[in-house]
Amino acid sequence: MASPMIEWLSPTMVLLASTPLIGLLRGHFRDAVILVVPLISLWLVWQVPDGVVMTLSFFEYRIEPIEGSALRRLFGTIFALMTFVGGLYAFRQSRWYEIAAGYVYAAGAIGVCFAGDLITLFIYWELMALFSTVVIWCGGTPAARQAGIRYATMHLLGGTILMIGIISLALESGSVDIVPLRAADFSTWMILIGLLVNVAAPPVSAWLADAYPEASPTGSVFLSAFTTKTAVFTLILMFPGEPILIPVGLYMVMYGIIYALLENDARRILAYSIVNQVGFMVCAIGIGTELAINGAASHAFAHIIYKALLFMSAGVVVYRTGISKCTELGGLFRTMPITMVCGVIGALAISGFPLTSGFTTKTMISQAAANEALVAVYFLLAAASAGVFLHAGIKFPWFVFFQKDSGLRPKDAPWNMSAAMILFAALCIFIGVFPELLYRHLPYAVDFNAYTPTKVIYYLQLLLFSGLAFFLLLPLMRRTRTISLDVDWLWRVALVALSRNLSSWAHATTAHLNNRWVRWLGQFNERPSEPGYVTRKQKVLRIDLWRNWSIGSTALWIAVLLASYVAIYAT
Amino acid sequence: MVNSIKDDHWLERPKTVKRLWYGFIILLVLSVVAQLYTGGKGYFGIDGWVGFGAWFGFLACVVLVIIAKILGKVLKREESFYGESDD
Repeated sequence: MASPMIEWLSPTMVLLASTPLIGLLRGHFRDAVILVVPLISLWLVWQVPDGVVMTLSFFEYRIEPIEGSALRRLFGTIFALMTFVGGLYAFRQSRWYEIAAGYVYAAGAIGVCFAGDLITLFIYWELMALFSTVVIWCGGTPAARQAGIRYATMHLLGGTILMIGIISLALESGSVDIVPLRAADFSTWMILIGLLVNVAAPPVSAWLADAYPEASPTGSVFLSAFTTKTAVFTLILMFPGEPILIPVGLYMVMYGIIYALLENDARRILAYSIVNQVGFMVCAIGIGTELAINGAASHAFAHIIYKALLFMSAGVVVYRTGISKCTELGGLFRTMPITMVCGVIGALAISGFPLTSGFTTKTMISQAAANEALVAVYFLLAAASAGVFLHAGIKFPWFVFFQKDSGLRPKDAPWNMSAAMILFAALCIFIGVFPELLYRHLPYAVDFNAYTPTKVIYYLQLLLFSGLAFFLLLPLMRRTRTISLDVDWLWRVALVALSRNLSSWAHATTAHLNNRWVRWLGQFNERPSEPGYVTRKQKVLRIDLWRNWSIGSTALWIAVLLASYVAIYAT
Repeated sequence: MVNSIKDDHWLERPKTVKRLWYGFIILLVLSVVAQLYTGGKGYFGIDGWVGFGAWFGFLACVVLVIIAKILGKVLKREESFYGESDD
């Protein structure tokens, strides 16, 4: 399986190298690159052998850009597959630069999967932060631009915390190897916090539902897959069995449900349910047994498929109608049967219905909790499974495709979008029916059967009666045209108000000092000026240096620097 | 592309809705009755009771919806709260 070729033709590099071609080529050539390169990358993922493939040195540290293992190939596989399906879904509707940015973002995710050391990991981590921001900006609206800036700020902050952790760990231990850690001292806590920012852990869970729904219908499909799941992957590598992750995961699970129940925007409902689902994985990593880690990894794999499917289904609705609010949608099943059926399959899979992928992976996590006699965790996860059906499983398809007749009669999905959805819908069912095909590739040997009569009946009861609760409580869940406050109020409102006050105070002080300075200078070389006349010196003194660098050009320069760094470092 | 024609789709007729409800109730009953035959014993005693999944799932949803309803009173704001209505 091993081949020397892999050193130069890694799955990451092939995807990265293809992105300029997406911009340079036109027509069918561009389409061919978009559709074929992810498949080559997928094939290359499977050529990466176990262990470190190549080693470089960076100062006194040993850098291992490519390292293989079952877990790494599992995540690499789903990221490459996701890139292909995302490309298929987008290639006829998206602008080329959105797809190119999405592919660099995906390459970053695959790069993290095969990173053998913390420096490589960090570089790909930041590559993802940058290009996911570009994907959000491709939403093209003022709201997308602002959400992108908030998103970038959050991730650059998280990245800085991670970098501080990595540097201090490297100084302490003299090594940048990726090894399992416990959050015990400054450096390990910093690393853990940096990783937790990217899984949308409390208190910063809000960034996810703030940014993802502002991207374009095609962009949010890419966004749904990579950032949080790369962080889940890294947590599995670095913090398996870290006890703090259990309460963090449980908080995320409940947060996702409650906020999704309050939400009116269909894509934002799905974004909250990412936090919910990733909460299951984070909790499983906290449990940390072999079964739990298998559960986290397989759930991430299944989750990427059904979550992208749900975002694709919602994306078609937005693409065809321009509407994503539940209050304005409804009754679309008449004219969008393919989109509806695929959306329903995704909704059943996220709820963990027997015969769908979610059932075969989520039950693993519950079993792991039961095996460790974590009574509260077990029952909270069961309650959350019911809640998932409530907020995503029924609420999403019900309000979008059924509910009432909104009078909208949009066309069904274009062929490429349909093909992408049907492929992932089929995979949801395929993994649900033949789970051993997924189990075979998990990091630990699997001795688990999801389809015992007890489990199947238990979950059917749980889900069907949640469905009953939904329809009986429907009057309580009438959609309102509202948004819900979150912790991000602190920086979107409180911090802005504070900085405005501070800056007006600073401006007043500067103006006062300027005036005194100019008056003092004026007695030497200038006649006293009439009111309103601004002298040259005043002009010079009023230049605000920090204002002359726009965020756009800063981001561009960072991107150029980083890209050249990656290029130099990779060769 | 988008027309505003109200129609009488068979899936939305009161008769169909009623039938769907009957079908759903039969499924609910079956899921509980089936447990008598599988005889699940559960991990912690209580979850082995007949119909545990049913009432636990139902109650969990009721509690979650009520919590959301109460939190909604505190957290819900107009769409233009942050000054960027995306309509």
